[in-house]
Amino acid sequence: MSALLSIPFFGSELILVVSFFIAMALDFAFSDKKWVAYFTLAALALAWWFGPPAGASVRLFFGSFVWDPVTHFFKGLIYGTIGLTVIASLAYEQIPGRIRGEFYMLLVALALLLTVMGASVNLLMIFLAIESVSLTSYLLVGFQKFDQRASEAALKYVLFGAVSTALMLFGMSLLFGITGSIELSIIGAHIAKLDAASQTLALIGMLFVLAGIGFKISVVPFHFWAPDVYQGAPTPITAFLTIAPKALGFAVLARVFLTAFPFFMAQWATLFSFLAILTMTIGNVLAVSQHDIKRLLAYSSIAQAGYILVGLAAPSSLGLQAILVYVIAYLFTNLGAFFAVLAIERQLRTNDIGAYNGLAKRNPFLALSLTIFLLSLAGIPPLAGFIGKIFIFASAVKEHAFALAIAIALNSAVAAYYYFKVVKAMYLTPADSAERIENPMPTRIAICITLAGTIAIGIWPTVLIRFAEQALIVFPAF
Amino acid sequence: MTTVPLQHLLIFSTLLFFIGLYGATTRRNMVGILISIEIMLNAVNVNFISFARMLDVSATVAQVFVIFTIVLAAATAAVGLAIVLVLYRNQKTIYTDEVELLKW
Repeated sequence: MSALLSIPFFGSELILVVSFFIAMALDFAFSDKKWVAYFTLAALALAWWFGPPAGASVRLFFGSFVWDPVTHFFKGLIYGTIGLTVIASLAYEQIPGRIRGEFYMLLVALALLLTVMGASVNLLMIFLAIESVSLTSYLLVGFQKFDQRASEAALKYVLFGAVSTALMLFGMSLLFGITGSIELSIIGAHIAKLDAASQTLALIGMLFVLAGIGFKISVVPFHFWAPDVYQGAPTPITAFLTIAPKALGFAVLARVFLTAFPFFMAQWATLFSFLAILTMTIGNVLAVSQHDIKRLLAYSSIAQAGYILVGLAAPSSLGLQAILVYVIAYLFTNLGAFFAVLAIERQLRTNDIGAYNGLAKRNPFLALSLTIFLLSLAGIPPLAGFIGKIFIFASAVKEHAFALAIAIALNSAVAAYYYFKVVKAMYLTPADSAERIENPMPTRIAICITLAGTIAIGIWPTVLIRFAEQALIVFPAF
Repeated sequence: MTTVPLQHLLIFSTLLFFIGLYGATTRRNMVGILISIEIMLNAVNVNFISFARMLDVSATVAQVFVIFTIVLAAATAAVGLAIVLVLYRNQKTIYTDEVELLKW
């Protein structure tokens, strides 16, 4: 479809571009930056409202992007994550007031870039989207520029990120040379017709591309940056980074591997099984010995990426559906956990698990909600995490991938141990001081929304499952 | 006029890429790492251009891809150097092994 005809399908993206510049102007106009945050929320709502309806699959801008129900699904996920992050960061006072306007502005830009990432179906657009999302994330991680830890985290992120982008690009150049195209679907059709030598080269290209995307979803062995970055970044940004870029990384991974490399499906499914088992085991085992709650949740989020990868290691339509259900369940659960951490860090200025002793006395609501989020992460029924996990488990069993199913079961037991360690500290260990922990309005709203989501998905999962089914209705695979 | 065969160009670009990768993984100086990353990206550019020159593939697509790579390499270098500068102000070092606040 030509550029002019594509514009109507790009309504919400255009609104976000315009609101990015308006936010920039508002940043000059107001010294109290909370107005920029309110404007950001309004812009997201407006962009969602004027977006095109979910329907058939349409290729936009000469086949660079595709507007299909999957794109629509991930757009909802992105807007939800960014909206909740903006609300929660209103209460986060460690970011200097002078630069808060830019903070919200960059989040608007990320909403746009992540949507583009989910819609890209050609190598150039995938590279551009991943790279610009990464660049914006580097800036947001290092946003507290007088904080030693934040700048160190940003540095590690930028170095690891740039190397993995270079690896991905090298793979893309090989694929272009072999197949003569950068369109995923043409590459996929071409690879089957090649001779054996070129197919080996295409396989090497595929591995390089996997390295680039694997970095985004922090799958072992490309996970080294994740704990440091998640610990050093401002807490609202950590919450955001564990959800949106990761979920979109999985969207890109599914699109690339199912459209461009269906020919190698047996090979990459085996590879993903190994990576999934490795990722969840290493994430969970290393999480056990952590004393910093952000670092603990960082390792837990690496392990969660391992669970989600099972959906692609056992490629089937049930596997894809499991990925979609899991990322939504994970969105509410993990955002909520980080928001509770944010509310506590805000007053105590520490993330040590020792500081959580006796939290149940100091703020019962925060302790209860953090407990619910941790139980959901551990996969205890009837919470959202349980629904996600059961889908992942079912998709592994249905494809007779019993090694994966056993790995999930064993890892859930390990994971439960360190989640319960935090719960135990909050409820059973006596507090060092009786001072009450305040929970300001913005975090209270954000925690209430995520709590409602976590419990509602657990009790009425059919709504979410139907959404996931509809999203996959015209997805090219299977 | 004789032309360089495609194999030689590919061997050159692969060598260039792995020299960059070696530099990025072994250097201690952060600016050195950023330069090594630029070398890796240039190997990618050489790859694209030699494919477009030697094979029957669209030269326009390859050239557009290369232009975008160059632009985003510049953007990455700008962001990377800004972060190195901030880190230098905070921790007074640009050597990666001396940056160790975030560990285990």
